[in-house]
Amino acid sequence: MSTPQAGQAVAAAMPLIEARNVTRILPGVVPTTLVRDVSLAIGAREFIAITGPSGSGKSSLLYLLGLLDLPTEGEVMINGRATTHMDEEERALTRLTFLGFVFQFHFLLPEFTILDNVMLPMRALGQLSDQAMRGRAYDLLAALGLADHVRKRPDQLSGGQRQRVAVARALANEPPVILADEPTGSLDSKASEQVFLMLNDLVRKRGKTVVAVTHDLDLAQRMDRHIELLDGKIVANELHHNVVASS
Amino acid sequence: MNLVLDIAWTHVYAHLRQTSFAIAGVATGVGFSVMMAALMVGSQDDFTRRLVDTMPNVTISDERRAPPLQPATQMFDAAEFHGLTPEARRRGIKNPLALMAAIEAWLPGRIAPSVKVQAIVRYANHDVSATITGIDPRREAQVSDLPKQMRGATLNALYRATNAIVLGDRLAEKIGARIGASITLQSSEGASINAQVVGFFHSGVRQIDESSAYVLTKTGQILARQTGLINELRVRLTNPLDARAIAARIESETGYKSVSWQEANEDLLSTFIIRNIIMYAVVGAILLVASFGTYNIISTITREKARDIAIMKSLGLPEHVVRGIFVIEAVMIGFAGALAGFALGYLLCLGLGAIRINNPFVDSDRLPLVYEPLQYLVAGAVALGSSIAAGYQPARRAARQHPVEIIRGAT
Repeated sequence: MSTPQAGQAVAAAMPLIEARNVTRILPGVVPTTLVRDVSLAIGAREFIAITGPSGSGKSSLLYLLGLLDLPTEGEVMINGRATTHMDEEERALTRLTFLGFVFQFHFLLPEFTILDNVMLPMRALGQLSDQAMRGRAYDLLAALGLADHVRKRPDQLSGGQRQRVAVARALANEPPVILADEPTGSLDSKASEQVFLMLNDLVRKRGKTVVAVTHDLDLAQRMDRHIELLDGKIVANELHHNVVASS
Repeated sequence: MNLVLDIAWTHVYAHLRQTSFAIAGVATGVGFSVMMAALMVGSQDDFTRRLVDTMPNVTISDERRAPPLQPATQMFDAAEFHGLTPEARRRGIKNPLALMAAIEAWLPGRIAPSVKVQAIVRYANHDVSATITGIDPRREAQVSDLPKQMRGATLNALYRATNAIVLGDRLAEKIGARIGASITLQSSEGASINAQVVGFFHSGVRQIDESSAYVLTKTGQILARQTGLINELRVRLTNPLDARAIAARIESETGYKSVSWQEANEDLLSTFIIRNIIMYAVVGAILLVASFGTYNIISTITREKARDIAIMKSLGLPEHVVRGIFVIEAVMIGFAGALAGFALGYLLCLGLGAIRINNPFVDSDRLPLVYEPLQYLVAGAVALGSSIAAGYQPARRAARQHPVEIIRGAT
């Protein structure tokens, strides 16, 4: 059983990310509306699925929530702060510290070892010593079952392993929110299940918030909250039974 | 290693073959720049050195820049005279010894008197026009390299015979005179004497060697038909580059025309400026072409690494860091190219220096080359600067890419 519109109520207490009447129109000869007047609040420890048909604006919404794109109208609040007027450096720093990204394709730097790839966000932030960064990167990879592969390059790993490395990289700076764009989109069913369980563990065991865009409705049903988009608008935002029960 | 350096090095190393070509382009530019500068500056220095060594640094003659004013003109402001001949003045510098003492009191160098006379040198049916300079051999060593330029005798040989003369070696060759030959000198003042050749000199400047000769001051005065005449004071300075200022001071103090070696050779020295402009234009063009290679490789890397740029930006690397990565890559190419260019330039100079040439206008059979660190530094700095300029534009473009567009494209 699910409860339509109940999601807003759960996140309203302390939203980590909030979209307020966000619209994104792609300029051009014929302007394209990617996201239309979306309002959404995402709280701590939420496991959210965003689904919808191709072209419905799922990824566009994720990029707006992740400060990779700017809304044409409306406002995205991160931890209570408006982001529209932030300069590029400030937005970059927010991404570096507050958000972690996992994409459909792993997008690892091919010339670097997976340990170096995981260390990349930490090195960009520059708050830890080299030894501490290596230690944390190793721990993250070990926790995701990749301890034996730290010296390998991305092309020496399977698709599922690469995606796990991408998750480890997203967790490098311990951000409270992980945004995943079709994280299982290019994986077989077994690897998809592994990645799903891993994301689930991030919420359950590490207390992260995970927002994942997916085409897989079965996976979406297993997440705590399901937001459905159609033509850039939210048509459903519902809490699933298990969450309501646990609440 | 620093993150920016690490990524930049990885990119450059991953494109080793292409970056090698870019480095080779910069190295070629720097190498040939160094070689050209060594050759141009070397030949210029060689020529200047010869001018400075051969000529007095400052020549004070008994002429004046402008004819002296008529007494009436000096007295009356509105006076105007027509058809007046300028005041006739006795030749020579007045009271030369006192004048020399006055100048020597402050002069950073040495001064020597001489008598300069135009004459026809006659020997074995050869008549050649020449400049005969009457000198004091003891003082001459202080103001010129003539003692070092002597061939077959020392300058003191002038004391050995009555009316002894030292000929330029090309002049002697022209008239066929050897040491001991008795030649006739017919001066423009109408004096005619027989002189004995006691030696030759070789300055290395053709014009001087084939039209100059030296005698004692006394012999010069006989040719000028004026006892006690000194019509030229010759100055050698501690720093020849000060000659212009010293000449101006002497002229303002004495009223006699004082010509520095730079003024005497102004037309030649001005050609150096044109030569240098041409050199820098060619060197600039070479380095500009080399920078196209850098632009090309940085553009290629930024295009190939568009996805990595997007991912770095999405992870939170700010624009200036991403831009810095590619600028550092350009610096790496420029720096490596400059270092390789230094080696290439040095080897090219060594190669050029080993070539034997037969040039009738110069004594040396080797090309005059200068090995100055400044040339390397300038070529290296220009190469590095042009590499950074070439790399900055693609780096800036790369850093400003919108990650979403690339991520969408990649997916």
